[in-house]
Amino acid sequence: MNILSPSTIQQATRLLNEHDGAIVMAGATDLLVNWPSNLNAHERTYLDISSISELAFHSFSENELVLGALCTYWDIIDDPCAMQHTKLLVDAARTVGAVQIQTRGTWAGNIANASPAADGVAALMALDAQVTLTSATGSQTIPLDTFYLDYKKTRCSHDQLITDIRVPLVRPEFASFVKVGARCAQAITKVGVAIAQTDANWRIVVNSMAPVVKRCAAIEHLLNSQTPVHSPRDFAQAIEADLAPVDDIRSTASYRKAVLARVLYHELAPCCPWFSKNGISKNGINQ
Amino acid sequence: MRRREGLAKLTGSEKYIDDLSIPGCLWGMAARSPVPRGIIRQIHFAKDFNWSEFVVVDHRDIPGTNEIFMIQNDQPVLAADRVMHIHEPVVLLAHPDRQACRHAINQISFDIDPLPAALDYRKVPTTEQIQYASDNVFAHLSVTKGDVEQAFKDAPHVIQGIYETGAQEHVYLENQGMAAWFDDQGVLTVQGSMQCPYYVVNALKHALKLDESRVRVIQSPTGGGFGGKEDYPSNLACYAALLALKAQQPVKIIYDREEDLAATTKRHPARLKHRTAVDDQGRLIAQDIEMIIDGGAYVTLSPVVLSRGIIHAAGPYACDHVRIEGKAMLSNSVPFGAFRGFGVPQAAFAMERHMDHIARTLGIDAVEMRRRNLIRDGQSLSTGQVINDGTDRVALMDLALKESGWAGHIKDHAAFNQTHPYLRKGMGLACIYHGSGFTGSGEVHLASKLHVAGLSDGRIEIRSANTEIGQGMLTVFTRIASHRLGLEPEQIVIAEADTSRVPNSGPTVASRTTMVAGKLVENACSDLLDQLGLPVHETGQVVVDAITAWHLDNPGQELVGTAQYRQPPGINWDDKTYKGDAYGTYGWATYIARVQVDLRTCTTTVLDFHAVQEIGTVINNTLATGQIQGGVVQGIGWALMEECCFREGAMINNQLTNYIIPTASDVPGISVSFLENPYEHGAMGAKGLGELPMDGPAPAIANAVADALSQLLIDQPDTIPLTPERIMSLTTPIHA
Ligand SMILES: Cc1cc2nc3c(=O)[nH]c(=O)nc-3n(C[C@H](O)[C@H](O)[C@H](O)COP(=O)(O)OP(=O)(O)OC[C@H]3O[C@@H](n4cnc5c(N)ncnc54)[C@H](O)[C@@H]3O)c2cc1C
Repeated sequence: MNILSPSTIQQATRLLNEHDGAIVMAGATDLLVNWPSNLNAHERTYLDISSISELAFHSFSENELVLGALCTYWDIIDDPCAMQHTKLLVDAARTVGAVQIQTRGTWAGNIANASPAADGVAALMALDAQVTLTSATGSQTIPLDTFYLDYKKTRCSHDQLITDIRVPLVRPEFASFVKVGARCAQAITKVGVAIAQTDANWRIVVNSMAPVVKRCAAIEHLLNSQTPVHSPRDFAQAIEADLAPVDDIRSTASYRKAVLARVLYHELAPCCPWFSKNGISKNGINQ
Repeated sequence: MRRREGLAKLTGSEKYIDDLSIPGCLWGMAARSPVPRGIIRQIHFAKDFNWSEFVVVDHRDIPGTNEIFMIQNDQPVLAADRVMHIHEPVVLLAHPDRQACRHAINQISFDIDPLPAALDYRKVPTTEQIQYASDNVFAHLSVTKGDVEQAFKDAPHVIQGIYETGAQEHVYLENQGMAAWFDDQGVLTVQGSMQCPYYVVNALKHALKLDESRVRVIQSPTGGGFGGKEDYPSNLACYAALLALKAQQPVKIIYDREEDLAATTKRHPARLKHRTAVDDQGRLIAQDIEMIIDGGAYVTLSPVVLSRGIIHAAGPYACDHVRIEGKAMLSNSVPFGAFRGFGVPQAAFAMERHMDHIARTLGIDAVEMRRRNLIRDGQSLSTGQVINDGTDRVALMDLALKESGWAGHIKDHAAFNQTHPYLRKGMGLACIYHGSGFTGSGEVHLASKLHVAGLSDGRIEIRSANTEIGQGMLTVFTRIASHRLGLEPEQIVIAEADTSRVPNSGPTVASRTTMVAGKLVENACSDLLDQLGLPVHETGQVVVDAITAWHLDNPGQELVGTAQYRQPPGINWDDKTYKGDAYGTYGWATYIARVQVDLRTCTTTVLDFHAVQEIGTVINNTLATGQIQGGVVQGIGWALMEECCFREGAMINNQLTNYIIPTASDVPGISVSFLENPYEHGAMGAKGLGELPMDGPAPAIANAVADALSQLLIDQPDTIPLTPERIMSLTTPIHA
């Protein structure tokens, strides 16, 4: 295991250029999973960014929250400003692993790792976050919802580093984060959804429902157009159009789709006047 | 009293086998079968790999018999010509560097001609799948009482049900680990994590062809067992010893979690069928029960698990006509093994679900159903064992109902369930019992021995092969001896479980250590007093003075009080007919769970849990309460989330991210109450208690789920674990 330890962004991007295939390492909570048996990983070169102090920050300005690449879940949970302005992020952060992971894991690592189950990504995407990618030749800022190309494929190239994440502070009228896992803590999401609404503009982002964390155009359209919804079942078609979840060791495709429909219905029914409430019947809720 | 090893565990100074540094030690590892069944044609060692640094062992290196010594000895130490399950060890490697072993294992491959595997224990095997006897049945046992056929003929109601339970992992904190080395005299020492040092001695004698004087087994501090370190350590000890023999160097094998989950034993999956004749009031007229358990690829302990399972299958109820048939089946899986409860959790799940099923069918209240049938003193269990212990089991149930606020909650829930859009609450109970100690004549066959020595400084030393595995045995033995002899805890030493120094007081299993081995502590103390010429009730300083005086008179000599198990009078058991007193005594309990099911996600939350039990004398309240709470947590996991996913008989979710056990946030407050009715043949009046709490949670929870969803179910929650996915399939068809 070869470790490079830059202390500035400049050094870091230069080293990334020089060491082709070097792997960026922040909190290492993803990278070190299964380390003993992950034999190939032992031979690689790692760029440890944890001592780059200019990445260890988060700051609120009038219209933006900026998260440095080393900002952890705990930094956000712990900041009363975050609770006031970006509660969705706090809610999401609290569902990540448990406190040990929350204090080590970074938002940027969650994005770069590109897991379809990433909880932080769902919340950030629902808030219209942008990601800044920096290489030795310069920086570019791109919307998070265009960052993922396919399963584990992103627009971050090998010589680029995520240096910050920018979240516009447009306080949504409605926001909600729901994580369904196999237990109350230390759970990988089976069905996750982050919801944010400003005016007639709904953002529905789901995780663990597709090869990437993604916005759901059909569901968003259903809501933006205020199409009447009578029961969870009325989401089925849009879910079908947006998503193709899989059967895997953690759950089944049919469970995931049914739960997403039920969660959307019950989260939204209280705040969407065009929903009818009779989807709740005595003999079940998904009729 | 303070927990004896508590400070060492709390501060992290306790040395587990992985922490023990052994000079010149190699790391050992196993190369395992990739297929569930087949004939081994060839083993390939990669050509471009440097094997010269490795010690390589296969079945030809076994000096003794290639068998793990157990009930039938059908399991080879290392597969020779055929493999019977995925992960069966074929070749062992050792190397100074653990990482090098991991690399090398991947450089070994096998040519195996596959044979048809038996992968579902519930299905009658095809001819090609037969691998044991003529039908793949490892063991067939039955219990009969009265005339079942006749009783069914005249019965007003006959009610049937089928109940299934899944495999379960022990998930002890400390993975399996073992070290082995030979000294200059050729004496083999094996040290590691285990429950039963003498089982390991016997396995080593058998496989390495050593007589007992050349085998020494030492238990190192053990981070949990739950039965997982009853049988499996014998295998691991043989692997380590074979490598040490060939290497002529010490060898240590420590499993990592993935290997441990994949390659070691689990709880037997089981299916039970109940057919019950009842009268209009719900009184049990006749019970016809079939229990099938999945044994895995080798017999190992399955017959005894089955035995305890069927003996408990009819529940703590009075019924005159009972027939129970049990079968343990072969399947091409890692052998299923000992696990807290040992067949009873499966049996209790079926029986207590079935009681609710009968009650629902007849329109009788679930509590009333049990009140009418719970066994009263003077009545007999399924083996004909007459219970006469003075415990009022109905009063015990009533106490549990009262403590749990049963009646009040039933009303609250009805109102809540009417109005809440997607949450449903429910309550369920289970009446359970657990036989203490070995089944039938087991304790007689074990004939356990235990010593209490008087040391020259006046302290005493308890020498037993029973092991501290987190349950508090060191503390309880200290308490028993201090109570018996009127000594302070500091005046009592407990010898390391080292077979070169301690006699065979039997395995640390079957809820027997406190009750049976603890009684031997008392008896050996009595013998010590006798040898000192003191009256049997002498205590305190007089005893200390007598011990020191004895040593002055007999310098360099050993002063040892001894005890050996003797069956208490009045116990009669017939191994052939399965009739009589299956256990010296039983623990009795009523468990009550209150749950909430979220209809959006079909997730079940246990809101609160009440465990009321009668376990004889409670010797240490903190430890006893801890045992109950821990068992309940393990039961909640088994009931709701712990699921071993098998492919071709091998566990594929062998990581703690995917094998889901409850976290602290998933368990409710667990209220524990004890009723005490001292058992005269147990230490200080104690009965067994360690397994009882594993028996009750699953049926109580499933009954509560059925109650919560009573308006919605299209199928009953009769299979566990009740994962959200399963509950969804029980409630309404999932829309496409
Ligand atoms: C026990 C446990 C529980 C967990 N629970 C959850 C959970 O509930 N929800 C969830 O979403 N995740 C969970 N995770 C996953 C993980 O903790 C998160 O994804 C975390 O945010 C990763 O951050 P990190 O800093 O540790 O990333 P690292 O492990 O350091 O890196 C992860 C990946 O991102 C890359 N990377 C990191 N930083 C950068 C950067 N600045 N620029 C470019 N690439 C970068 C790395 O090269 C690597 O590929 C859990 C992990 C564990 C071990």
